[in-house]
Amino acid sequence: MSTVPELVQLLTPEGQRVEDPTHAIDLSADELRGLYRDLVLVRRWDVEATALQRQGELGLWPPLLGQEAAQVGAGHALQPGDMAFPTYREHGVAWVRGVDPLHVMSLYRGVDNGGWDPAETGLNLYTIVIPAQTLHATGYAMGVQRDGAETAVLAFLGDGATSQGELSEAMIWAASFSAPVVFFCQNNQYAISAPIERQSRVPLAHRAAGFGFPGVRVDGNDVLAVLAVTRAALTAAREGQGPTFIEAFTYRMGAHTTSDDPTRYRLAHEVEEWRRRDPIARLRTHLEQEGIADADFLAAVEAEGEELAARIRRGTIAMQPRPAVTMFDAVYAEQPPPLAAQRDEFLAYQASFEEAGR
Amino acid sequence: MSTLNMLQAINATLRAELARDERVMVLGQDVGRLGGVFRATDGLLDEFGADRVVDMPLAEAAIVGASIGLAASGLVPVAELQFLGFSHQAFHQIGAQLARMRYRSQGRFPMPVVLRAPFGGGVRTPELHSEALEAQFVQSPGLAVVTPATPADAKGLLQTAVRSSDPVLFCEPLRGYRLVTGEVPDEDCPIPFGRSRVAREGDDVTIVAWSAAVQVAEKAADVLAEEGISVMVLDLRTLVPLDETGLIEAVAATGRCVVVHEAPLSAGFGAEVVATVNDGAFWSLEAPVARVAAPDTPYPPGRIEDLFVPTVARVVAAVRATVKAG
Repeated sequence: MSTVPELVQLLTPEGQRVEDPTHAIDLSADELRGLYRDLVLVRRWDVEATALQRQGELGLWPPLLGQEAAQVGAGHALQPGDMAFPTYREHGVAWVRGVDPLHVMSLYRGVDNGGWDPAETGLNLYTIVIPAQTLHATGYAMGVQRDGAETAVLAFLGDGATSQGELSEAMIWAASFSAPVVFFCQNNQYAISAPIERQSRVPLAHRAAGFGFPGVRVDGNDVLAVLAVTRAALTAAREGQGPTFIEAFTYRMGAHTTSDDPTRYRLAHEVEEWRRRDPIARLRTHLEQEGIADADFLAAVEAEGEELAARIRRGTIAMQPRPAVTMFDAVYAEQPPPLAAQRDEFLAYQASFEEAGR
Repeated sequence: MSTLNMLQAINATLRAELARDERVMVLGQDVGRLGGVFRATDGLLDEFGADRVVDMPLAEAAIVGASIGLAASGLVPVAELQFLGFSHQAFHQIGAQLARMRYRSQGRFPMPVVLRAPFGGGVRTPELHSEALEAQFVQSPGLAVVTPATPADAKGLLQTAVRSSDPVLFCEPLRGYRLVTGEVPDEDCPIPFGRSRVAREGDDVTIVAWSAAVQVAEKAADVLAEEGISVMVLDLRTLVPLDETGLIEAVAATGRCVVVHEAPLSAGFGAEVVATVNDGAFWSLEAPVARVAAPDTPYPPGRIEDLFVPTVARVVAAVRATVKAG
């Protein structure tokens, strides 16, 4: 059995700043306030989305509750030209990349498969089946490597993904070609009901050693540490030093998705223990103690959260399905004649109801 | 008899099979402590223990590949794939390994493996949860493909699947899990594979369907009965082996046939049905055999899926056209 890896932490759960010269980070007061704002806003979005699902306005919602710092920190480590490949839960990354939350809501409302432009936002569409995107990220990194571009690639995955063969393949290829890709694993301790103990006998960060590149475990509820570690790994990738595996040690405070009932497989005291390590509370404490955030600022962020939630609610409920005939769009560059005939038949069939006065 | 829904029938059957034969084991993601994401395996871990009801790490290929080894060692694995739409990661283990093992070993390594997987649309899930992929597995010789439509058939066909020495892909209709209820015999009632079921008698036209499409066909038959069109509904129950005799007789009896399935039209199992009817009932036909299927596009977003999978109205329209023709 291996030893427990060092946990990179720059902000304790109590909000105390930890000095760590190897993972130095120097952020302005504005940047710190910006991180806090993002954390609060993505949580507010997530709460609203969970409520909207309960009210029947979304088909499903995978909540990010508890993982805000991992996602916001990783998102801010990306440079504008970088490319990220998310799973289906990276709402915090989407927010930082400037994706309109309504473009994520439309996916879970069943209107489309994600409405944003991956090229424009530097964020690929969500990937449902685990962990296909880690191979896509590796290939993208091999591509930009051949362009000689100063681009790094961030592949998101969860602890569950580490049990899938495709991740091993992605990590082997990334290592073989020293591809500029960083594997960012949010270890939220559960793959639906399977605890991390069922998934790995060693800390996930140690897995990287077997593939021949560095593995780092970072406090995933510490936005400063996540930002510092991810930024350094992306810089190393950009400079040709190859991949890094980051294990952001965190906890899924909510359900796997709104269809899940976590009380069947985990204990309340465990959830309580993690509640004390809340990613937002510790940053707020730090900002207050340092005089970086006052009551007015905190109240303004709260108010902005309420406005955002209201906008998301209104926008989601107003979202109408696309005309059904759009299911025939973009299947091929040019529609083959048999498919075109099916489309015509579909339109004629729909028209027959309109003629019948429906 | 007991009145059960699909999930209750499957759960009770798994429990009884685990109790009947100590070689039987259940494995898959979340099948133990959680009782399965749909609760099909609820309570089995407590009753039979962690050696026989095994929570697997997240890896579809591993679930099937390990089942091959478990079967070779003398056990009878009943594995759950969380969604048939996620089965592609295991496709090599299913098609190239599991299905061929008896053949390659000249009968020395039978593969008594059951793969249970919910499939089909209509429940507003995000992409890749809803795909009807059954025809892709039909082209894996050595594998039985079973598609029950009712709780009684779920029990009887699952009993046969667990007791079979050949591998079985057992496709469960996702949207019927809780919606479809029915009388289920309390006693042992294994249903042999390759025997279709006349779900409804009729004289004018035969609708051929399986899984969730059977209920769509029955509702269409209700509508058509009011117009004076008498519809027979034939539930194939198993695609491999196909009940060719039952199919040909059912179509020859009415002279007209409409096939309904959720998968895309081209090379869907409906094409095989049409070819079989052509071979065996051509001279009895009074009209071309029609197919009602999904279009040849990827499964669309949930809000428009009801216009993708066959609806009652589309089936009714197809039957009317078939009755008018010829």
